[in-house]
Amino acid sequence: MKLDSKIPEGPIDKKWTDHKDHIRIVAPSNKRRIDIIVVGTGLAGGAAAASLAEMGYNVKAFCFQDSARRAHSIAAQGGINAAKNYQNDGDSTFRLFYDTVKGGDYRSREANVYRLAEVSANIIDQCVAQGVPFARDYGGLLDNRSFGGVQVSRTFYARGQTGQQLLLGAYSALMRQVGKGAVKMYDRHEMLDVVVVDGKARGIIARNLITGEIERHGAHAVLLCTGGYGNVFFLSTNAMGCNVTAAWKAHKRGAYMANPCYTQIHPTCIPVSGTHQSKLTLMSESLRNDGRIWVPKYIEDSKAIREGKKKGNDIAEADRDYYLERRYPAFGNLVPRDVASRAAKERCDAGYGVNKTGEAVYLDFGAAIERYGKLQANIHNMENPSPEKIKEMGTEVISEKYGNLFDMYENIVGENPYMHAMKIYPAVHYTMGGLWVDYNLQTTVPGLFCLGEANFSDHGANRLGASALMQGLADGYFVVPYTVGDYLADDIRTGAIDTKSAAFDEAEKGVTDRINHFLNNKGTKPVDDFHRQLGKVMWEKCGMARNAQGLQEAIVEIRQIREEFWKDVRVTGKGNEFNQELEKAGRVADFLELGELMCKDALERNESCGGHFREEYQTSEGEAMRDDDNFAHAAAWEWTGDPGTSNRHKEEMKFDVVKLTQRSYK
Amino acid sequence: MGNMKLNLKIWRQAGPKAKGEMKTYPVNDVSEDMSFLEMLDILNDDLVRKGDEPIAFDHDCREGICGMCSLFIDGEAHGPGRGITTCQLHMRKFKDGDTIHVEPWRAQAFPVIKDLVVDRGSFDRIQAAGGFVSVNTSGNLVDGNALPISKPDSDTAFDAATCIGCGACVASCPNSSAMLFVSAKVSQLSLLPQGRPEAKMRALNMVEQMDKEGFGSCSAIGACEVECPKGISLEHIARLNREYLVASVTKE
Repeated sequence: MKLDSKIPEGPIDKKWTDHKDHIRIVAPSNKRRIDIIVVGTGLAGGAAAASLAEMGYNVKAFCFQDSARRAHSIAAQGGINAAKNYQNDGDSTFRLFYDTVKGGDYRSREANVYRLAEVSANIIDQCVAQGVPFARDYGGLLDNRSFGGVQVSRTFYARGQTGQQLLLGAYSALMRQVGKGAVKMYDRHEMLDVVVVDGKARGIIARNLITGEIERHGAHAVLLCTGGYGNVFFLSTNAMGCNVTAAWKAHKRGAYMANPCYTQIHPTCIPVSGTHQSKLTLMSESLRNDGRIWVPKYIEDSKAIREGKKKGNDIAEADRDYYLERRYPAFGNLVPRDVASRAAKERCDAGYGVNKTGEAVYLDFGAAIERYGKLQANIHNMENPSPEKIKEMGTEVISEKYGNLFDMYENIVGENPYMHAMKIYPAVHYTMGGLWVDYNLQTTVPGLFCLGEANFSDHGANRLGASALMQGLADGYFVVPYTVGDYLADDIRTGAIDTKSAAFDEAEKGVTDRINHFLNNKGTKPVDDFHRQLGKVMWEKCGMARNAQGLQEAIVEIRQIREEFWKDVRVTGKGNEFNQELEKAGRVADFLELGELMCKDALERNESCGGHFREEYQTSEGEAMRDDDNFAHAAAWEWTGDPGTSNRHKEEMKFDVVKLTQRSYK
Repeated sequence: MGNMKLNLKIWRQAGPKAKGEMKTYPVNDVSEDMSFLEMLDILNDDLVRKGDEPIAFDHDCREGICGMCSLFIDGEAHGPGRGITTCQLHMRKFKDGDTIHVEPWRAQAFPVIKDLVVDRGSFDRIQAAGGFVSVNTSGNLVDGNALPISKPDSDTAFDAATCIGCGACVASCPNSSAMLFVSAKVSQLSLLPQGRPEAKMRALNMVEQMDKEGFGSCSAIGACEVECPKGISLEHIARLNREYLVASVTKE
């Protein structure tokens, strides 16, 4: 199949408006005859379900959590970008578009990114109107801060919990529709297959996680808003339940999976402390506004720190290597995430790491505390304040800005980060890859749409900070409500979808058979054993740095783990009850296939770009080296029955507006 | 691996209608760096290997923000420690040899689904009754800065908005009252100009739904505020009472 991105004609700043003006819409009286299924209730799904219900469609919304409010969008800390230019620092729609394309290392679709930048300002207005309590200054106006990879302040935030506040905004809009009966909410339900009838997505098979009942749900269109697949690495900053199952089932039903190897490794997470670890915790990128990242200049100092003979505070200023400021003077500590992560890995691999495992660098607020302390002294007209007083006042400022993050750190690590520099290390955080979608967010299966992190479209090979929330809400509030109407205009006379058809029978049987296999397998090892093994292979061979040999080995190893899993996994309990082991088994089975495809994708992409760093392709200074002649495309994989035989299709990325250059943050 | 040995007494209940009981489980090799939930992971791993049913408990983000985890540990919602959820509770709060009691949230409006998992759908229904601003998601609204909001109002609204809907307030209250939860949402929206027009209806509708769900009355004991992982203040209950009173006496 030839991939048609359906990018509208015309100049980039007119495409979306023109497109909206000319696509078909469904009349209000006909919307009542149309059913839409939305899977996932994070920013993308919650926003889409609420918006479509307001428009008059019948919506069924599904989430595996016990409430729509708990989707993992909630964990986003730092903020959301919008081209409002409130700070008068020269920001504009074009600049946000440009930064995002550049940040994505020129592997995203220009038209989609421009649209994202265009609607970004509406998002803020919308959220304010919903009662989202964004940070404000003393004049009562909205405040902004800076994020990595940009030189303006365009990030709106709500303390360190922007994701939660935005999600509660979308959730409140959703609950308003639930209250009206316009949305039927199915929480504690997991989608286990997409049903395709005559080439169109016409429903899903879902499992009621409380009773274990397998349910059929028909609809005229299905929207997957199911987030990313970072948990393929076992350890990541994702929630425990985050999974690829919905997207993977769609992939097996004909939706192409694009750029699965593009993974974002976030530079500032709390390092791994032991084998019991179940997840990793992010320390917001906003900390890099004020924190300085360093390791000791001399390897003996690093050794002494690892052995517990010295502490970070013992290292004199002159003996510290602020390696980001050294390597990237223009952006310093605010380089994009992929660059910051690789730089940390480089130092730690060279032997400069500062915790027991050798895998940690310092994120130090000493300088910021002093700077803010002096500022406070000036504000309060204090003459010759003592260093202690300065430190005290500076600490107060830092606490007000990042207090909850510092508390979280102290809880987990057991060390006071106001006294000792934080120790951080990169961790898997976000996946740029996902289901391939066209400009209308439709996958290669007609009637099946994909929004938010689950699709591949807007972030190229690397996502900039504070852009995930922007994309989720843009897709859900402002894009799909229009584009889905164009597709549904053909369905006004279709009538309700019959769930007794052969396609539903076949899909349900597949789901039931798999569940029965798990329950009757009587193996010896719990699901997590296999998940951990998979995660280790992925992290070591398809993580921050990859090479052909490692990827080839990884493919062989993953196939072995997968074989072993199907033979030897033990799932306790029954199918007709609340059974968390069974839920996990299904998710890990899908990760075991996805993992192989990710390695294959990484192996075929013979270049380095954004989050995909192939050791064979780097400059003499260790920077990522792209190959625009051969790889300025999205790789979209077609399922053929086994990840090993998947077909690779290409969508060429055309850059009419932005000029392709070597990304430089020096 | 660590070297703490613990004795866990955990509520087991096969299903909503089954009879539950406390069962004893020894756990070894607990490290002080583990979170409480990671300690339960180890126990569950062990149970599955033995072919026993693992303990069902709710959890998701494991960083204190999603509100999914919900354990009543040694008589306290989210266990010992203030301002944290169960997933943020670390084993360094316990000593080698400790006996720890783990139970689900107990309230009529939170029926047990299995073991330590309860149904908090009542909270969603209260939200659906009025926990929103009635504005469509068209995006064609006034500029976000058109209406300045004073920093104190904005900050107080924010404090209320930090509620994660975990239900610790209900679990801690001898009356199983949901007033702290309801007041947080009412307070947040009533402090913001966008939420004022429907403030009366919101207070009345949310309280009505709360009563319908079978939550008890507030008698100002204050346990909810102490156990709330986000430190939601009782002042919000006072504000809800004012909003509710005004709405009741001026109802058209």
